[in-house]
Amino acid sequence: MSEGAAGGAIDFGRTTRTVRSRRFSARVPVRIVAVSGGLVALAVVLGVVALGVGEYPVSPTEVVRAVTGGGEAFVRTVVLEWRLPIVLAAIVLGAALGIGGAIFQSLTRNPLGSPDVIGFDAGSYTAVVVAILALGARDYWTLAGAAALGGIATAVVVYLLSFRDGVQGFRLIIVGIGVSAMLGSVNSYLVTRADVGDAMAVGFWGAGSLSRVTWESMLPALAAFAGICVVSALLAPSLQRLELGDDLAVTHGTRVGAARLALIVVGVAATALVTAAAGPLGFVALVAPQLARRLTHSPGVSLLSAAAMGAALLMSAQLLTLVVAELYRTIPVGLITVCLGGTYLIWLLVRESRRHERTS
Amino acid sequence: MTLPRLAAHGVTIGYDGRTISTGLTVEVPDGSFTAIIGPNACGKSTLLRTLARVLSPTAGEVVLDGRAIREYRSKEVARRLGLLPQTSLAPDGIRVADLVARGRGPHQSLIQQWRAEDESAVADAMAATQVAELSGRHVDELSGGQRQRVWIAMLLAQQTPIMLLDEPTTFLDIAHQYQVLELLRSLHDQQKTIVAVLHDLHQAARYADHLIVMKDGAIVTTGAPADVLTAELVEQVFELPCVVSPDPVTGTPAVYPRLTD
Repeated sequence: MSEGAAGGAIDFGRTTRTVRSRRFSARVPVRIVAVSGGLVALAVVLGVVALGVGEYPVSPTEVVRAVTGGGEAFVRTVVLEWRLPIVLAAIVLGAALGIGGAIFQSLTRNPLGSPDVIGFDAGSYTAVVVAILALGARDYWTLAGAAALGGIATAVVVYLLSFRDGVQGFRLIIVGIGVSAMLGSVNSYLVTRADVGDAMAVGFWGAGSLSRVTWESMLPALAAFAGICVVSALLAPSLQRLELGDDLAVTHGTRVGAARLALIVVGVAATALVTAAAGPLGFVALVAPQLARRLTHSPGVSLLSAAAMGAALLMSAQLLTLVVAELYRTIPVGLITVCLGGTYLIWLLVRESRRHERTS
Repeated sequence: MTLPRLAAHGVTIGYDGRTISTGLTVEVPDGSFTAIIGPNACGKSTLLRTLARVLSPTAGEVVLDGRAIREYRSKEVARRLGLLPQTSLAPDGIRVADLVARGRGPHQSLIQQWRAEDESAVADAMAATQVAELSGRHVDELSGGQRQRVWIAMLLAQQTPIMLLDEPTTFLDIAHQYQVLELLRSLHDQQKTIVAVLHDLHQAARYADHLIVMKDGAIVTTGAPADVLTAELVEQVFELPCVVSPDPVTGTPAVYPRLTD
């Protein structure tokens, strides 16, 4: 394997490393890989800290000892059985949200085009409300299934309603916001018809929390996440070609309709996975790809750095909820992501509208 | 006479249920610089995009190298013909060399993403279009003329024998228009087949060696500019009374409108 000079003779305006052997060649964007690696490292460090925080505090050295197979039996139970699935969930579900958001923002060419804005979370919510009120369901798996089904069904409806000789990004966002608003009113109405116990169950689910996650619920989520990673890596070149517009995507060898549908399916699957496992965790999908882009200076959206940023963000939010629980009282992680993400959304909207004023 | 590499046979094309052209048959002579000309909204771009397989005809067939173009794998078409659309979208924050390198997509796979030939194709394309010195700059900070040369470099990096361009000179000032046309001519001299939608009849006659003249979705005539571009044709197609006389520099036909007062 030979390693060329930085980008060979061509000045790419950013550092790239060329890696070549007989069967493999790639141009590695150094900054994207370095930033992504840093974000994953940050998520892991925060995760180790989070493994020690709770009603039974464990020091970081004891945490590391427990994770590497040593330490007291009780500490190992606390760290490995109770807390590790939650920390893993924060990292993996955060990465899934980053991937889902990156795919939809790239397809819609719009920083607002994230799955939670387009109405998939509202659809999951409706399905969970119906499951709780009509079926009397309370158990984790029924609610997870309902959430996934509701999100996917909403995605199908939004896709079909915005389909006209193919799907255009802007139409997808507008239709999604409309469907989302309609589902929101249905949700409010259903909850007013519920008794207090059911309404609390709905509210508890809808706040979005990782504290319900156990190994039993995390293992299928991990398998699904691995699948999503593989498929999105395979589809990444198509996503990149679609960025140049449909005409160029076709003449660069992409089957545009099939590629876009496959990408939508992966993006919805990533989002549905999270909603099923933890309830709606708003704004991570919206924020992660954009923050990652600003840090990496990548052209367009990069799936890798969006996933790494999502993991770091959700892990930070989860650690923050643990700290707040220590100092004040238990709050769901969804509350933190919505507060932080909402602030970002306001900033984004203000900046975009100022830019439009300047250009018009 | 052998079959041309690219031709449309009886194609009917439309969008949104509206038919634009019915039963068009047209050939692109191999190694030609073909210009498609005609009034606004006469179906020039539609024909070009159909030849590029961006649009699928509802009847008839586009034939590439003896086979219906829809039977090819997408990447195989992309190695034989490339398109520069009328307006192109550069991803946010992309730099010149990265954008030109996107033209290598059809030659890359998941495990072979940046072979030595990819690198040399990108370097050659940037040299031929004189954008090598811009290679590290952001595309959105370039002038219109520079940006158009970058897009042509991307098309060139694709290394297709057939290049289709939709109004490559629109939005450029006259000096940059001629710069782009000279560039296309030099590509034509290197045995590339060029098909361009052009608005300016004078430029089309000067640079193209084959014209496809369209009106209302139909092909009026085809042939060498000296044979085809007459005052009668311009009056018939554009409804513009005019005199056609040889360009004093090149001797190709030039159109001088005769406005009634």
